[in-house]
Amino acid sequence: MSTDAVGRAYPRLEGREKVTGTARYAVEYPVDGVTYGWAVPSAVVRGRITRVDTAEALASPGVLAVVHHGNAPRLAPGLEADLWLLQEPTVHYRGELVAVVVATSLEAAREGARLVRIDYDAGPHSTVLTEDHPSLYKPDHVNPSYPTDTEEGDFDAGYAAAPVRVDATYRTPAYHNNPMEPHATTARWHDGRLLVHDSNQGASSVRAALAELFELPRESVRVVTDHVGGGFGSKGYAKAAVVLAALAARHVDRPVKLALTRQQLFGPVGYRTPTIQRVRLAADTDGRLTAICHDAMSQSSTILEFAEQTAVYTRSMYAAPHRRTTHRLVRLDVPTPFWMRAPGGCPGAYALESAMDELAVAVGMDPVELRIRNDTPVDPDQGRPFTSRNLAACLREGAQRFGWADRDPAPRARRDGRWLVGSGVAGSSHPARARPSSATATARPDGGFHVRINATDIGTGARTALWQVAADALGVPPERVEISIGDSDLPNAPVAGGSMGTASWSWAVIRACQALRGKLRDGVPTEAEVSAGADTSEEVGGQPDLPRYAYGAQFAEVRVDATTGEVRLNRMLGVFAAGRVVNPTTARSQLIGGMTMGLSMALHEEGLLDERYGDWVNHDLATYHITGCADVESIEAYWLDEHDGELNPAGVKGIGEIGIVGSAAAVANAVFHATGVRIRDLPIRLDKLIGVSDLA
Amino acid sequence: MQAGPENATTTDERHSSRVAFDVNGVPREVTLDNRTTLLDALREHLDLTGAKKGCDHGQCGSCTVLLDGRRVKSCLIFTVTLDGRSVVTVEGLAGPDELSPLQAAFIAQDAFQCGYCTPGQLCSARGMLDEVDRGWPSAVTEDLAAPPELTDAEIRERMAGNLCRCAAYPHIVAAVRATAAAR
Repeated sequence: MSTDAVGRAYPRLEGREKVTGTARYAVEYPVDGVTYGWAVPSAVVRGRITRVDTAEALASPGVLAVVHHGNAPRLAPGLEADLWLLQEPTVHYRGELVAVVVATSLEAAREGARLVRIDYDAGPHSTVLTEDHPSLYKPDHVNPSYPTDTEEGDFDAGYAAAPVRVDATYRTPAYHNNPMEPHATTARWHDGRLLVHDSNQGASSVRAALAELFELPRESVRVVTDHVGGGFGSKGYAKAAVVLAALAARHVDRPVKLALTRQQLFGPVGYRTPTIQRVRLAADTDGRLTAICHDAMSQSSTILEFAEQTAVYTRSMYAAPHRRTTHRLVRLDVPTPFWMRAPGGCPGAYALESAMDELAVAVGMDPVELRIRNDTPVDPDQGRPFTSRNLAACLREGAQRFGWADRDPAPRARRDGRWLVGSGVAGSSHPARARPSSATATARPDGGFHVRINATDIGTGARTALWQVAADALGVPPERVEISIGDSDLPNAPVAGGSMGTASWSWAVIRACQALRGKLRDGVPTEAEVSAGADTSEEVGGQPDLPRYAYGAQFAEVRVDATTGEVRLNRMLGVFAAGRVVNPTTARSQLIGGMTMGLSMALHEEGLLDERYGDWVNHDLATYHITGCADVESIEAYWLDEHDGELNPAGVKGIGEIGIVGSAAAVANAVFHATGVRIRDLPIRLDKLIGVSDLA
Repeated sequence: MQAGPENATTTDERHSSRVAFDVNGVPREVTLDNRTTLLDALREHLDLTGAKKGCDHGQCGSCTVLLDGRRVKSCLIFTVTLDGRSVVTVEGLAGPDELSPLQAAFIAQDAFQCGYCTPGQLCSARGMLDEVDRGWPSAVTEDLAAPPELTDAEIRERMAGNLCRCAAYPHIVAAVRATAAAR
């Protein structure tokens, strides 16, 4: 029996707590005897700490300790080197967190941090990615485990022989995730056990990391992650805040609250690498692609290799007989880049979907039609049919809803007073994967059910979606179901990331509920609770290796001030094919959020690095601009009714990232259509278009 | 330990002050470090963690509360300056039994995702609607002499000081619009 909870627009279960201010985030739990940690960033880029003078800080009222490499509790080496904090005097990048001041108040901790004197032996540094950087190399694989380069056919010959060619280089700057809640932790030790309330996207993996670092059995570590103020990838793994808080709490033997400052979120927690991307497309005169090449460069730190999978998007998006993708990396004296909403796909789609627009102009073809002409039912990379691919349907429905048919293809042909007006389109795709998870389901004598899983709701609506899925799997109205998430004492589950959360978690929830129903064949329990658990490791691991992707098409209309070059978004509309939608309300919010972040990438965001200091100078929300309320006039998201039996029991593809993929290209393509000027380095700031009436 | 008066007193008397002010209609008297911002007083000393710390620099709006009825960024205000003043936080917006119309509209319109900026959005919207009632213009108001009409453009402009990285903006505008229309 299905109760059809899935597919219905339930409001968020924690909505009331969030609008009344009673939802508690990581550093909002009252704790006896709590102290406050304040992290101290390094003042040099590359070098070695020669002396830490703590005298003045320790003499400041309220300061309890200055924890640094010379006195910090020891961590086990061997885990991710970025987490081996306060263990050695080496400095790898400016802003690396090299000490923590612990005090009885926030004010005292902050003042103490100002008073810590650190001397360094500083060396020369290299902090800027360039296409001719002498240290460019080919990594062994790209994030997480894709081949670095791919080649089919003969790209050079195919490209040389084609009648129509596009060769363009696109640049994207560093982007900083900037969730509204900083990375923050309350840590306390008791009888050798560590309890942390932490802001992260997956408490199971954070617990595993802490257990390894502090050499504890996993059962001795508990990570609670009830409410999380956003992550966008930057909280996808244990990060500096949780390790520093745990170290500091152990050092002072008191509970410690530690939140990174907004400024400290520009580096130590990861960011999206800058990219330099050359895309070459060749086509015949009717727009059919014959050769595709995408060469991507990005950076990592000297600490760790993180190779953004920028060109992977191009491997499966459009078909052509001759294809090549490459990735090259430079290890710079910078913080380690990390996941940011749709790593790889987001910057990669900006380049490819911009190049497709340039090809449409070169061929003299409508860009929607060009994409449909190069659609393919077979994954060009794997050579196998996609389990479902509704890119063309998204493009057609989007074109119809947006009113694309009336579009005059000529650039710079519409004017509304001082504004030049134009529209653009992009395709998008994102892998639809799942990871192993576990869950339990319990039937209570009172007729209620309790489902437990260490999923994380970072704002996606996961708590509500899993509650709906559980109700249907149990065959009961959702009002009879209680759901518990966000605690590492619950059954292990993977992170909220990679658009895999709902697919992975719902799989385990459904299996656990099915197992419980099997046990309950004799009826509901009358006295004791009855429980059943499930672990999907074998089932997920045994899934055939098929190309599974979500698709989308974004349409944007912009206006550009002919004199100042100011770009405003009139409207954006996206249509997506993402399998089954569990909750239309929360799904729409996520898709609109992703598209808005794409708008932000196109027009607003830019990490500006000063090479002299080797650090971003605009490291706050006044100078690192993210899209605000006044920037969003109209953004709409729609989806197709899609059923794909090769995905997972819930039939979902994941919607957290597909919204951003392609959105920046749609905006940039609209700017070209409005102005006739192609800006190939993001963001499209007004100074790049100033006096556009005289350009082009 | 629940935060209480004993927790609300710092030991360094040279740099502390006693301050009496109303919070959500309740008189509070605290002795605090002179450097303590209103935001930190609420969060660390009065166990009112609804107001959020997003940037601590007045750049994001997550800490917005109402001070004597006007919206302010509580991270930019020293508590020592608030003797005799009246503060309303997100915890004070709802009635004893039911949500305020604005809070209910935020839930109905799904005007938040992670919820971290939400208390600031709510307090900002509450203060903004009062500003409109008083006839205050905004940067996009065409006719400065006439009472402002609460168009979507007006709502967007007037809510521009409250960042939302989840980008619930269209739904925030819808929630404010619905609340204003129902009055």
